[in-house]
Amino acid sequence: MEIYWELFQAFFIPNIVGYGGGPAIIPLIEAEVVGRYGWLTTQEFSEVLALGNGLPSPIATKMAGYIGYKMAGIGGAVVAVGATVLPSLVLMVALLKVLYRFKDSIKVKTMSALVRPTIAVMMGLLTWRFLEGSYSGIGPWQTAGMMAAAYLALEVFRFHPALVVAASLAYGAVVL
Amino acid sequence: MTEQWHLFLAFLRIGLLGYGGGPSMIPLVRSEVVRRYGWLNDEEFGDVLAIGNTLPGPIVTKMAGYIGYRIGGVLGCANALLAVILPSIVLMILLLTTLVAYKDQAWVEGMRKGVVPVVAVMMATLTWDFVKYSKNSFGWLGALALGVVSYVVIGVLDIHPALLIGLWLILALFRREKKPEEGGGETKAAGEQG
Repeated sequence: MEIYWELFQAFFIPNIVGYGGGPAIIPLIEAEVVGRYGWLTTQEFSEVLALGNGLPSPIATKMAGYIGYKMAGIGGAVVAVGATVLPSLVLMVALLKVLYRFKDSIKVKTMSALVRPTIAVMMGLLTWRFLEGSYSGIGPWQTAGMMAAAYLALEVFRFHPALVVAASLAYGAVVL
Repeated sequence: MTEQWHLFLAFLRIGLLGYGGGPSMIPLVRSEVVRRYGWLNDEEFGDVLAIGNTLPGPIVTKMAGYIGYRIGGVLGCANALLAVILPSIVLMILLLTTLVAYKDQAWVEGMRKGVVPVVAVMMATLTWDFVKYSKNSFGWLGALALGVVSYVVIGVLDIHPALLIGLWLILALFRREKKPEEGGGETKAAGEQG
C-alpha cells in the first residue's frame, strides 16, 4: 500500500505546483522519482524522457504511466496517472465559474512568470546530470559528437524528435 | 452514442498526432473541437483554454476532460481523457519494458547509452527556452537574481523545489490586479502558458 501512496505524492506534488508550461513538469518529476524516492537512476530517467519525447501526447502522463507501472504494475500506473490529471481536472469542472473570473488575471500570469526562473535552474541542473552521465558512459568525444549531431538535427534541420531519438538508438546499438 | 464515438475519435487523433508536449497540441484540439465537430465556438474555446491555464498540470488533459464532460457527461470526460493519453502510455510501457528486459545485450546497452547525449541536448534547449521566458518577464538582471535564489535554495541548501515554487505561487497572489482599461500591455510579457 505504501508504494501507492508514495506514487500518488510523487506525481501529485509536481502537477500541483506545475505552472509555467508543459515541459516545466520534467525537472519536478525528476526531483521526486530520482532525487527523493530513488525509483529511477539518472540513466533510466533519461531513457524514459527520450522515449517520451519520441512519442505523442503530454510528457507528464507518459512518465507517470510508465513509472507507476514499473513500481507497482497496472495499479501503480493508474494511481500515478490519476494523481497527474485528476486534481486539476476535477477543480476545473467543479470551479469553472470561479475560475472564469481569473482567466485574464495578472495573478495567474505572474505565477507562471515567477515559476519559470526556478524551472530554468532545475532544467539546467538536470542537463548537467545528463552530461555527466553521457561523459562517464561513452566518453567526451562521443558525447560531444552526438550532441553536436543532435543539436543540428533538432534545432537547425528541425527533424522530428522521434526520428532523432530513433537514430541515436540505432547508432548506439551499432557503434557504442 | 455517436457523440461518444466522435469524442473518442477526436481525442484519439489529438493524442496520436500531438507531438512536442501540451502547448503544441492546442491547435490540434482546436481543429477537432471547433472546426471539425463544432462542439465549441472560437470564443468558448479561448475561454476553456484560459480557464485551464489558471490551474497547474498538463493543459491537454484538462481540455480533453472538460470538453468531454461538457459534451457527454462523466462518461464523456473519461472517454476523451483516456483517448488522449492511453495509447501513448501503453506504447511507452511496451517499449521501455522491452528495453529493460534485454538490457544485458550489448546492443541494448549501446542504445541506452546512445540516447543520453540526445536527451542532454533536448534538456539544454528547454533550459534555454525557460531562460528566455524568464528574461522576457523580468529582464536579464531580475531573471538572474531569481535564478541565483533558486540555485541556492535547490542546489546548495537542498530544499524541496515544491516549497520554493509554492512560495512563488503565494507571492503571485499578492500581485494587485490592474484596472481593466490599462490592462493588456504587461500581461503579454508572461507569455503563453500550457
